[in-house]
Amino acid sequence: MKRIVLAFFGTSLGLVALLSFKSHGHPVGAGAALPSAALPGTNASPSTPRASQSTSAPPNPSSTPASRRTIVGDAIETQYGVVQIKATVSGNKIDQVSYVQLTAYDGRSQQINSYAAPILLQETLSTQSANIDTVSGATYTSEGYIQSLQSALDKAGIK
Amino acid sequence: MGTVFSIDVRDPDVGEPAIDGVVQWLHWVDSTFSTYQPGSEISRLARGDITVRECDPQVRKILDLCDDLDRATSGYFSAYATGVLDPSGVVKGWAIEQASELLRAAGSANHCVNGGGDVQCAGEFEPGRPWRIGVAHPLEPAQLAGVVAGNDLAVATSGTAARGQHIVDPYTRRRPTALAAVTVVGQHLTYVDAYATAAFAMGDRAQSWLEGLPGYWALGITADGAAWRTSGFADTAITPSATSLR
Repeated sequence: MKRIVLAFFGTSLGLVALLSFKSHGHPVGAGAALPSAALPGTNASPSTPRASQSTSAPPNPSSTPASRRTIVGDAIETQYGVVQIKATVSGNKIDQVSYVQLTAYDGRSQQINSYAAPILLQETLSTQSANIDTVSGATYTSEGYIQSLQSALDKAGIK
Repeated sequence: MGTVFSIDVRDPDVGEPAIDGVVQWLHWVDSTFSTYQPGSEISRLARGDITVRECDPQVRKILDLCDDLDRATSGYFSAYATGVLDPSGVVKGWAIEQASELLRAAGSANHCVNGGGDVQCAGEFEPGRPWRIGVAHPLEPAQLAGVVAGNDLAVATSGTAARGQHIVDPYTRRRPTALAAVTVVGQHLTYVDAYATAAFAMGDRAQSWLEGLPGYWALGITADGAAWRTSGFADTAITPSATSLR
């Protein structure tokens, strides 16, 4: 069981979201469903996810349970670029998150984008290397990511 | 800037309520210690609206901890590094370690809590297989600078990889530039995280300082990309290795 919590240490946004992930979910952001899921500088080819791959199928309304929905968050423009998130939701759980848009206005932002989506970094690294359970790194956060994801959660009615 | 927490519980018989307890705890910590919320106890304390005695006992505990850490790091870890009271540097690591303790109390012997890249894990990932924690390379996106493996480990990294990291050298009040990142490994994230913060502020002096700390191991990446490790890093349950994800 693995759960991702978005909390906001030291934030002025006052935004708190709670997300649930399946234990061995699809590599976040590295899904093949959309080309834009690829981050600059990362090898986004879907590599061998370990163990169960229950959420690996691209969203397909005809073959997924009726409660499974894909919600696109707002495109958030920050001073560094544009971020837009897409989430696939079953009931109150998020199965998948990927990028609809991720642009950077400068090289530094492009570099930071590789770190800016913490869930992406963590889950992608975990899955791609097969032997890594989690990742330690300097705090990687993105206001745009969080805002876009929050808007998707709001649309999905997830508290 | 927000922080994402992930809670990975490996014990099959430990259920959602245990995780719910951790989530509640993290929200409580946030609302009590946030320096961005004017109504939090820490903000009111910093403004002088209330005294320490009027605060939750945990606030006093954190302030005492800050004093201890200030002494242990020759002042490089300071809750007053920016000039105003801000114990955030210790609160996150402490909150994560406490979250791990909450899970343990709820019957979980095997779990991992990651808060914004600071990790406390207990037990093992699966029977016979220790936790393996990748250390993100601060200068090479999507690559690892090393891998740390073991049971009951705490791993914290301080660096410049992400925007919004505002470590300030308490002596110069400037952002340290000698290191791109420093990763500290030990058993208790409260100290591991604070020591990583202090070491990052120390810059060139970090390696020798960390070398003298028994029970802690460290991996540093300098601003020009050179790596150093404290001795003993490879002799423990820790197996660092250069790993590329490509």
